[in-house]
Amino acid sequence: MNQNRWLGDLFTKTKSENRAALIGYLPAGFPNKSDSIDYIKAMIAGGVDAIEVGFPYSDPVMDGPVIQQASEISLQNKVKADDVLRLQSEVAKVNVPAIVMSYWNPIERYGVAEFLELMQKNHGAAVITPDLTIDESSEWISQCRKFDINSIFVVAPNTSDARLEQVTKLCTGFIYAASIMGVTGTRTVVSNQAQQLVNRIRKFSELPVAVGLGVSNRDQAREVAKYADGVIVGSAFVKLILENSNKEQAIAKVEQLAKELSEGVRNAR
Amino acid sequence: MTSPKPAGDSQSISSKKVSDLEGHFGDFGGRFVPEALIAALDELAVAHESAKSDPIFQAELAQLHKSYSGRPSIITEAKRFAESAGNVRIFLKREDLNHTGSHKINNVLGQALLAKRMGKQRIIAETGAGQHGVASATAAALLGLECIVYMGELDTQRQELNVARMKMLGATVIPVTQGSRTLKDAINEAMRDWVTNVSTTHYLLGTVAGPHPFPQMVRDFQKIIGEEARTQIKELTGRLPDAVLACVGGGSNAIGIFHAFINDKDVRLIGLEAGGKGIETGEHAASISGGSKGVLHGARTYVLQDEDGQTKESHSISAGLDYPGVGPEHAYLKDIGRAEYLPINDDQAMYAFSLLCKTEGIIPAIETAHALAGALQIGNELAKTKGTDSIILINLSGRGDKDVNTAAEYFGFSKSSSK
Repeated sequence: MNQNRWLGDLFTKTKSENRAALIGYLPAGFPNKSDSIDYIKAMIAGGVDAIEVGFPYSDPVMDGPVIQQASEISLQNKVKADDVLRLQSEVAKVNVPAIVMSYWNPIERYGVAEFLELMQKNHGAAVITPDLTIDESSEWISQCRKFDINSIFVVAPNTSDARLEQVTKLCTGFIYAASIMGVTGTRTVVSNQAQQLVNRIRKFSELPVAVGLGVSNRDQAREVAKYADGVIVGSAFVKLILENSNKEQAIAKVEQLAKELSEGVRNAR
Repeated sequence: MTSPKPAGDSQSISSKKVSDLEGHFGDFGGRFVPEALIAALDELAVAHESAKSDPIFQAELAQLHKSYSGRPSIITEAKRFAESAGNVRIFLKREDLNHTGSHKINNVLGQALLAKRMGKQRIIAETGAGQHGVASATAAALLGLECIVYMGELDTQRQELNVARMKMLGATVIPVTQGSRTLKDAINEAMRDWVTNVSTTHYLLGTVAGPHPFPQMVRDFQKIIGEEARTQIKELTGRLPDAVLACVGGGSNAIGIFHAFINDKDVRLIGLEAGGKGIETGEHAASISGGSKGVLHGARTYVLQDEDGQTKESHSISAGLDYPGVGPEHAYLKDIGRAEYLPINDDQAMYAFSLLCKTEGIIPAIETAHALAGALQIGNELAKTKGTDSIILINLSGRGDKDVNTAAEYFGFSKSSSK
């Protein structure tokens, strides 16, 4: 069986190019089931290195208004776990690491082992679980190891050193550092808490650290890419799609944003 | 996790024993939250533990109960109401007579004092019917704290009067327009606020749901109801009741009255859930009777969810029970067989509502009317099995002033009613 080397290879490559990786997020089934992949391909064409496929959830407490709205649209489109897994598989087929981002209840409801087994079959890379605390994760971790899917947890600027040490130990692939105290969404400034958090994480782990929450343009991406191994952008892409009902225009804008962000991560150091 | 102990020796099912440091009740409870909240939850758990054994804190809280809320609340025997309940003896624990009109004040005074103890000057709260929002606004006014209340837009329309009360008390009411625009969405929005402002803000959760330590802490602030009632009913009748009844949405008034009786194995504990238009219609809010195990708002519990794990919208004539989850301790009490949970539909609740008004001169909250409807069933059952000297204790958790519009419309009294 092939080992899951998606994220390891990605960060080896970006490190050799002396840059951060660019990771783009889109909820599955947004703006509709058939078009999601087209927007993802536009992100990739613009220079996104890895894709986070969002599993839409009815109660997304870590998300701000933009992703909430997109999730509602996805749910109105009757998106189910199988749609999430199908999109993840389509991403893997174009040879880009496919990460699933999901709140815990939909995965538990589907069945932890069943979900991970299908992800493995689909050559998935990792799952990010924003509301699964490590204290509740023992079964999840053992199944992730069994099916060779990376387990990524989110840490926050107020996470204590003691807790950082515990959480980062259970991460594989990369560590997701939330840049600020708050929910997803575009912001005018990326807080300086992000860099401090990344520095603290480095004391405990050699894994790559990707920073998310609030990054939406080239300058912010460049700023974060100076110290982080990865830059995660979600709401800014989603917002473009919400604001542009014409698909061709929306796709062009998504690709353009990806290009700008990609320049940001490539010209940071 | 070890499996919960069966109800054997006298102490084996006290909740304290089964809830561990991470806040589990058997397989239920725990913490399913963004990592950003862990520090605040830890801080809160520590503050709560230290306050429990701090005589100064306890004296301050006891003084507020006595001289501000009006505790202990009295017990009233409902003789004329009981005529429709098999003529058994029915006693009402009058939480409706508390300041602000419901049991909610017990919890908010405790948590607001804790917030001050932690040095947090801003409190946020969610509210469904508005009772918890009003109580939070009240405690904030009393203790000089800033108060923000998140309320589903639909509920702000259903409960205009309470919105006005909160504003008069100096709180800011934020209508929540996301999702189903009810209590669950108000909780989501409050959690988003908390994630963002956690260093300055205490989330004053109104029920025994949510991540640890909320279910234990809110229970600890509500258990005074059962402690008083257990003593009072023994004084009045010379014995313990045969059954203790309470309505269950999130479940704080029910845990509050149940807790003192948990080790009294001969006392049946019965929670009445909102059956809405009937469990079979799918339009209800009975998470235990008509839901399944899942995770919602930070805890593993019984949840109304579809086959994909998406939370389903709940339905109830009572805004305060209109919630698709339930406190994890109730889920546990259900699974070990210590408590029973039955659905009461809207019409049954409104029948009991009207009956209490006309037989006792007490207008109950529609939430509470679910417990009263349960008493009509259980009373008739007990009369047959154990005789008419059976005793039922009901938590009369709130008064019905806030529900006058809804009830008037239901009964066809209001001008705008089409009935």
